[in-house]
Amino acid sequence: MSTKEYGLFINFDYCTGCHTCEIACKKEHDLPEGQWGIKVMQDGPRQNADGTWDYTYLPLPTSLCDLCADRVSEGRLPTCVHHCQARVMAFDTYDELAKLLPSSPRSVIYAVK
Amino acid sequence: MAFEENPDLYRKEWRWQEGDLTVTRTCHWSAPGCHDSCGVLLYTDKDGKLVKIEGDPNQTYNNGTLCMRCLNMVEAVNHPDRLKYPLKRAGERGENKWERISWDEALDIIEENVRRIQKEYGPESIVGMMGTGRNCNWAVPLITYAGFGSPNFALGFLAGDSCMLPRAAISAAVMGDLTVVDASQFRPDRYDNPEYHRPDYIFMVGNNALKSNGDGFLGHWIVELMKRGTKLIVCDPQLTWFAAKAEIWLQIRPGTDGALALSMINVIVGEDLYDHDYVDKWCYGFDQLVESVKDWSPEEASKVTWIPADDIRKAARLFAQGNPSAIQWGVAVDMNVNGIPQAHAWIAMNAICGNIEKPGGNIVARDAYGMVLSYPYGYDQYVPAEMQAKRIGLDFSPLHRFAAGAATAHGDSLLQTIETGKPYPIKMIWFQSTNPIANMAGEAPRVYDAINKMDFVVVVDVFMTPTAVAFADVVLPAAMSCERNSIRGWWTPSRAITKCSSYYEAKSDEDIVVAVCSRLNPENFKPRSDIDLLDEAIENGFDDPPFTYAELTEMVDSWPERPYFMHEKGLLRSDGQPGFNTPTGRIELYSLVLEALGDPALPYYEEPPESPYSTPELAEEYPLVLTTGHRSYEFFHSEHRQQPTMREFHPWPLVEMHPETAKKYGVKDGDWVWIENTRGRCRQVVHETETMDPRVVNAEHGWWFPEQEAAEPSLYGVFDSNINNLTNQCVTGPTGYGAPYKSQLCKVYKCTEENSAVMPSKQVTELGGFPYERIQYSEDAVHANTNEEFLGGRKYVY
Repeated sequence: MSTKEYGLFINFDYCTGCHTCEIACKKEHDLPEGQWGIKVMQDGPRQNADGTWDYTYLPLPTSLCDLCADRVSEGRLPTCVHHCQARVMAFDTYDELAKLLPSSPRSVIYAVK
Repeated sequence: MAFEENPDLYRKEWRWQEGDLTVTRTCHWSAPGCHDSCGVLLYTDKDGKLVKIEGDPNQTYNNGTLCMRCLNMVEAVNHPDRLKYPLKRAGERGENKWERISWDEALDIIEENVRRIQKEYGPESIVGMMGTGRNCNWAVPLITYAGFGSPNFALGFLAGDSCMLPRAAISAAVMGDLTVVDASQFRPDRYDNPEYHRPDYIFMVGNNALKSNGDGFLGHWIVELMKRGTKLIVCDPQLTWFAAKAEIWLQIRPGTDGALALSMINVIVGEDLYDHDYVDKWCYGFDQLVESVKDWSPEEASKVTWIPADDIRKAARLFAQGNPSAIQWGVAVDMNVNGIPQAHAWIAMNAICGNIEKPGGNIVARDAYGMVLSYPYGYDQYVPAEMQAKRIGLDFSPLHRFAAGAATAHGDSLLQTIETGKPYPIKMIWFQSTNPIANMAGEAPRVYDAINKMDFVVVVDVFMTPTAVAFADVVLPAAMSCERNSIRGWWTPSRAITKCSSYYEAKSDEDIVVAVCSRLNPENFKPRSDIDLLDEAIENGFDDPPFTYAELTEMVDSWPERPYFMHEKGLLRSDGQPGFNTPTGRIELYSLVLEALGDPALPYYEEPPESPYSTPELAEEYPLVLTTGHRSYEFFHSEHRQQPTMREFHPWPLVEMHPETAKKYGVKDGDWVWIENTRGRCRQVVHETETMDPRVVNAEHGWWFPEQEAAEPSLYGVFDSNINNLTNQCVTGPTGYGAPYKSQLCKVYKCTEENSAVMPSKQVTELGGFPYERIQYSEDAVHANTNEEFLGGRKYVY
């Protein structure tokens, strides 16, 4: 299956920064020390004027990410999506992923390759 | 076209073939360790080598997700440094010189020493120890009880037995059972179950569940509840991710949670926010509880806890308005001298708000089908009553006699028994899956001295550890989870752990039980294989588990029926009557059991023994409050340090402090600093973070360095970064439970060449330790063997 029309959806409102996507990717693609297919970015913690906090994690696919083309061709989800502990990631066509946006504020869809 | 998974890849049978690989659908639990047991798919090649792991999407416990530690399983299992064969010490203790021997030779040596010690001193002079809840929860007790005939099974010198046992003991005493947050985990259809309702509020205290996943609870379940509308109230000295997402975050001074609990109850009863009907029907001692909290206005509690009074009020109101709310508590509750009364207070707060046994509240947690595969396993079967009476610490801590899950010898009393030889000498320790001088033992250098007094020491583990190098006469290689047949019986469901691989001569905990017990107690110990042992454990289940081990393997898991409101239906008491399993049948806000044992019957607060308020002079030299033991995603206590991938994520031990604190003491992010108090010092790397109160520092535990020299004086650098050089022993609550791991005083200063000339490992192993006076319990408290007056004239079985 070609992954050309497929993307990665992440609801970063609930991403806990648990590193599961990073290590799942490293193991799936046998990436050596210092190499990453996805990297968790962090914003905050930072207190806003109204007293609330911003403390946000957002996984960012790197240039090495191929959306787990081999797994996907077998009928598996990309390993980061499969294992995500907070279950905030989805893999599908852009059209299908776009349907998730209205009910998922603070989300992104990545076009990867 | 939308993406669809290939159903042939995620089947519901227990084993299938995918090309050259065999897939085994099973559950993981220790080793490597954690407190959970997630569904996994293990891929082995034609030689039986583990080559891949994937989360099992058909196991609703974890829904296919996995954490770092399972995802790095292949690296752990195939690590070249794993113990492969039994070893006999060839040099002096601490020299790391070994001779490979066979299992038969190892068992010969063990048998000879056990028989000698049994004959010369009695079986009670042999102690079995494990670490925190792992898959040998029942194996080590069984070896101790059935193999050695000793009543002394203990946790690796954990001061105050302060990991879950205080909460378990007080829960058993006042409620008859332990409860957990209902995240639908006892129902296979989970959140969609028609009877289930998510909590309105979860109050989190004493843990960051995302990282700790303690007590059989996956922290990420709370994230699922948040998506479904649950709101959070978080009490934590540090701003966690949960705290940032909470309706309110209570940044508490470590060790003062008990005062917060009393004050929240003060608000809830003072503003009449409690559940009158539930209190009338199901609680005992409400008026006494109200009296006991009357002095704890939020203003008073604010002085103690450093939490603004209005925030305490708001938290109490939010909690009380939830229908239901639930309390997610953790090990920090136990790790205070007032762990017992604090836990009692949280139970009381939950009870008067009517949350116990409601869907989405806190519900009674029992092991599936009554298969209690934990500390009491085999105690009554193999240890005669007169030997049970010799269990260390029963006289000092009669509550240890009471709680069903707590059949342990009291750790601090055991240490003092070793030091004094009273009431009898301890001559042998069997350590299985515990590495106490790296982790868990408070006042680790003192424990190092104590273990060195042993005649004979066996260490069973998956890697060579500092504990093995320092003390072991025999080292036995343990199998990891994928190399064993076992059952996960802790809570629900019952899960099969299925062997699909093997590693040199490593044996599973079950096989070790059979090998040791059939050698040492051939007349009474009947199982002849791991499967025999597991089938016997199933038969011993109180509720007639509907499977054999072979059948469970094929089922993978089995979920017993679990109705709500069990107390209303007569499902909690052995007499079948409605109510809780307590003397009054109610949740005892005033505890008749504690009263009978001579302990305070109502919740109360006590200042930590070392603090800016209890020891102000000490605080002038050691001005910072030190808290320890918080978890990280990469490691489980002292495990995982030899896995290169984990060290890539988390290379060094970190001490977290506010940037103002770092500036004040002239250190910065990335600096190695000494953390020091009256008992000793250790060094860690500064991590500056605004999530901390500037008056508090937060240091990691469990650090040793497998890449460093094994032999003494290095011992893998085990004392160099060991925060337990600063904690203590024999400082517990009056029940014997609860030690102040979470609230010490310390100072920090930058490491220099001059002040690092003598490293702590050398100080401890060669120079006699740090100079200070070690605290002891009074001698009367330790070896007054049966003090009926202290017991309140009442006898309890464990």
